[in-house]
Amino acid sequence: MSDRDLAPLHSLRDLAAELADGATTPAALLEQSRAALDACAGLNALITRLPAPAAPGASGGHPLWGVPYAHKDLFCTAGVRTTAGSKMLADFVPPYSAHIHERLDAAGAVLVGKANMDEFAMGSSSEHSAFGPVANPHDPSRVAGGSSGGSAALVAARAVRFATASDTGGSIRQPAAFCGVTGIKPTWGRVSRYGMIAYASSLDQAGVIATSAVDCAIALQCIAGHDRRDSTSQALAVPDWLDQLDRFDLQGLRIGLPTPMYGEGIDVEVLEAVAEARRVLEQAGAKVVDVDLPNAGWAIAAYYVIAPCEASSNLARYDGVRFGHRAEGVRNLEELYTRSRTEGFGAEVQRRILIGSFALSAGYYDAYYLKAQRVRRLIAEDFARAFEHCDLLLSPTTPTPAFRIGEKLDDPLAMYAADVNTVAVNLAGLPAMSLPCGYVGRLPVGLQLIGKSWDEGLLLAAAHAYQRRTAWHRVLPESLR
Amino acid sequence: MKLTDADVRRVAQLARLAPPDAALPALAAELGRILDLVEVLDTAATDDVIPLRQPGDPILPLRADAVTESDQREALQAVAPQTAGGYYLVPKVIE
Repeated sequence: MSDRDLAPLHSLRDLAAELADGATTPAALLEQSRAALDACAGLNALITRLPAPAAPGASGGHPLWGVPYAHKDLFCTAGVRTTAGSKMLADFVPPYSAHIHERLDAAGAVLVGKANMDEFAMGSSSEHSAFGPVANPHDPSRVAGGSSGGSAALVAARAVRFATASDTGGSIRQPAAFCGVTGIKPTWGRVSRYGMIAYASSLDQAGVIATSAVDCAIALQCIAGHDRRDSTSQALAVPDWLDQLDRFDLQGLRIGLPTPMYGEGIDVEVLEAVAEARRVLEQAGAKVVDVDLPNAGWAIAAYYVIAPCEASSNLARYDGVRFGHRAEGVRNLEELYTRSRTEGFGAEVQRRILIGSFALSAGYYDAYYLKAQRVRRLIAEDFARAFEHCDLLLSPTTPTPAFRIGEKLDDPLAMYAADVNTVAVNLAGLPAMSLPCGYVGRLPVGLQLIGKSWDEGLLLAAAHAYQRRTAWHRVLPESLR
Repeated sequence: MKLTDADVRRVAQLARLAPPDAALPALAAELGRILDLVEVLDTAATDDVIPLRQPGDPILPLRADAVTESDQREALQAVAPQTAGGYYLVPKVIE
């Protein structure tokens, strides 16, 4: 890797300074974004591209003022089509905007488009989209990861400075890992989900993807905090994360390595890249300890009960009556519901609705749903015990780098296994990040950091400390060198 | 768990989905494999464990019992497939 393969060190902070002193303008940034979006159109990372993105109002001095970004296409945008990657919502133009869209709009960030994703955020490859799969900028024959694949691909292709995303079982971290970018899933309850199309509400969390921890901190700072319209968003003060980043020192940081996340099925090259990252942190003064998560082995099973159950309930609202796809030529109400849903939902969404409906049906509720929720508590308690011995956890984000498009499409169980290191975090509601820590050939490897609840600041600071010492987050896809 | 075509049809009916008959055997096998995956939960000892419904067992706040939404019927119904006179239209329910 030579310097020409690296993006320049240039954070949103630097960009804000350039905008403030007139070295660049929102119009110039938008033009750069437009050209980059043209260049990466083959990735299929956008579902809707805004023909004429609105120029920001007068600068209020916010660091995101004039900065082009994309929304994952499950954040409602008033007047702009919002599809959730589904035929069900292919023509849905919401009458209102998500809380985080209002925040970004008020900051003066410039929305350029709505990013492609697995339908209703159900998937780990962004192949389950009614609008076609997203290709990986580092190797277009590979998946971008999912479900926030479009968001990660657009950031990796340097077409936007950051993108919003959501994470129910790994949907921010896994595509960030596959695309060589940095993503943060905050603590459950940190960011309002008002106007975010629901998948599994006890797990869903909005977050961001960018090219560095600094940029993630700036973008997340804008969208975090209480909102009365989402009663699960917690009324806690949001710390100044950038300030925390600047003051942080790795000396004495205790990093736990959860042994189950280094187990069977993790590629040797992935393990090597993560081990090297660990050494970088150790050399800077961090202490590393092994920790156990004795119930982590059940995380996938618990997740694939709880998430489908909540999905089957959340997606009951799509009935062809109030909004969304409506079947033609039906004879009665039952047929209207059934045909609208069967025509509107794709295969993976129907699969998860069926699993959820089965697990919630009479005679099975206790054995599946309640059982999974009991195991969920065991997993959350494992993390609490682990954090008695360390400040954050470090693991591979995914068992392998990006797989080939089509490779796992016909094997749902193989696809679910890609979430082995990410789902436990959602079950426990913890904040976590993925950041690039190496390459296998052309393909990025992701490092996962997991924090205590409400401690996004430490995660971002540790990630920033790592990125100050390494250049993996600056590696450009070959097409951009 | 082994599922029959009839099991899948029953669950699909509950979910208001209608997979074509030809797809039922494959779907039954696929759903069966997913249920096999999740059935490892049976081996977890959870007798005295309280189910965790939401991370951190949050006490969700109650809002004041006051009207907070304004009338937005036109905006909300603008996205509805079929409406008339402020109502959503569905096929006739009562003969």
